[in-house]
Amino acid sequence: MAFEDQRTTVYKVNPEHPESETLPTLRTEELLLNLGPQHPSTHGVLKVILELEGERLVKSTPVLGFLHRGVEKLAEDGTYHQFIPHTDRLDYVCAMYNNFAYCRAVEKLLDLKVPDRAEYLRTIVAEVQRIIGHQFWLGAQALDIGAMTVFFYCFRDREILLDWFDELCGARLTTSWYRIGGVERDLTPGLIDKLKQFLDYFPPKITEYQVFLEKNRIWLGRTKGVAVISAEDAVSFGLSGPTLRGSGVDYDLRKYEPYSAYPKCEFSVPVGKNGDTYDRYWIRVMELYESVKIIRQCLEQMQDGPVMADVPSVTLPPKSRVFTNLESMIQQFKLFSQGFQAPPGEIYCGTEAHKGELGFYIVSTGGGKPYRLKIRAPSFIHMGAFDHMSRGYMISDACTIFGSYDVVMGECDR
Amino acid sequence: MHQLARRIEESFSVGFLGAMEWRGDVAVTVTRDALHEVAKFLRYEPGMDFDYIVHVSSVDWPDDEERFEVVWEFYSIRKRHRIRLKTRVPESDCVVDSLTDLWKGADFMEREVYDMMGIRFRNHPDLRRILLPDDFTEGYPLRKDFPLRGKGWRDTFEFLDEVPR
Repeated sequence: MAFEDQRTTVYKVNPEHPESETLPTLRTEELLLNLGPQHPSTHGVLKVILELEGERLVKSTPVLGFLHRGVEKLAEDGTYHQFIPHTDRLDYVCAMYNNFAYCRAVEKLLDLKVPDRAEYLRTIVAEVQRIIGHQFWLGAQALDIGAMTVFFYCFRDREILLDWFDELCGARLTTSWYRIGGVERDLTPGLIDKLKQFLDYFPPKITEYQVFLEKNRIWLGRTKGVAVISAEDAVSFGLSGPTLRGSGVDYDLRKYEPYSAYPKCEFSVPVGKNGDTYDRYWIRVMELYESVKIIRQCLEQMQDGPVMADVPSVTLPPKSRVFTNLESMIQQFKLFSQGFQAPPGEIYCGTEAHKGELGFYIVSTGGGKPYRLKIRAPSFIHMGAFDHMSRGYMISDACTIFGSYDVVMGECDR
Repeated sequence: MHQLARRIEESFSVGFLGAMEWRGDVAVTVTRDALHEVAKFLRYEPGMDFDYIVHVSSVDWPDDEERFEVVWEFYSIRKRHRIRLKTRVPESDCVVDSLTDLWKGADFMEREVYDMMGIRFRNHPDLRRILLPDDFTEGYPLRKDFPLRGKGWRDTFEFLDEVPR
């Protein structure tokens, strides 16, 4: 009732002052609006306090931490191996890449060389994970803006790859397949066949996604020229991945600091021009094609060989030996009860995950546990630029903007 | 010594405390007073040109006189080199200069360090807790004297009684 009254009084012309008939006064004031934490398009539990002037965003303050679990503290309590399953829960959409980034960081700390075949397997699975991540992003982003169809198409194809993961390691999302010094197990011939089939099946489907969106005038209107950030600002904010490349900076760690099997593959890094949401979309779609290319090359180049480095003081023995060989059993037991002895020192190792640079800063004082482990989560850093990028846009663009970072709160809040 | 570290030593003979290179990472330790000047040098000096901030972090060394170590990591996209900048602060006065005026991304990263380790950043525009709630009273969880399971704040939450069946 009160609300009704207010509305009528504000817009009504005051009869005692007839001159106000020509100049009706509209009540203007700044409005605070809570977006989230339960909003369906915030991809988890993100709250943003929006200061509005009409429908324009004047200032937006992200309120983070609803999914904070203290992962960095937990890391200090467990051995290096025990932290791998925790990394799955960072960016729970793309667990493989988190495993990868973490294992690489620990290998850098230990100065451990991974066998060739393991490097290829890692690259293949990481690129499969990149495809899954981009499909998830594409579907969810389009859904947020109202283009619902492409969501179903993306998730239909994503399902194939998740089933492939299921067959590979027994889990669809929380995979924990990478190990320090290699990977948990080799690809079976069946899995390789399935992957090859998928590679033939997939590229026409990417074109399908593109047709759905790039011919959709509403979707184009809501992405082109929205959330523009200049290259200079993007670099200054520390953005990475497609969010940075959309602004025309070709920063990609796969090229800048090549690792794993990437230097042996030929692929290009798509770079945008305008720094808007559409360019970030375009980069992700082009990366889908590039990922397919990388996987193809890896499958061709891959030779037979071990999938785990043979350094008994660090790497796990093969499961078959654990049950038949006493020394291997002791090795397994010691690695899991005490962990391996890492040398004292500190390293930072960044990996190009599909969201951006996922880095681990590890301080070791020797012993089996990290002394300090810091996660450089791209989602968190991207949220830092949200206020800057959202000013002046409409409320409905807010979802587009943080959607365009591909924000996952598990990683953002850690 | 790495040439980047040597250049910093040449330019800041007073503030420079040491440099280390390990596993290809270059880390430079400077005094707290020289921190902002060194950071400015890293940002704008043409030979340095560190335009990209990678992360801000902190390490707790409870037995040391200067207990906290604040760590910045920078990258130069044009020159493609990396450096880690470190400084130490004592517990009684754990304040360092904020680098938000040089790298915009330092804003959230420094807030996280404040939230987790209790290090305050001078001239930071909005130094509030970021991941933990504003009314969190237990202290700073990544300090080494903070117990893994917390200090019992969660036990004080009021829960609704279970409805008897």
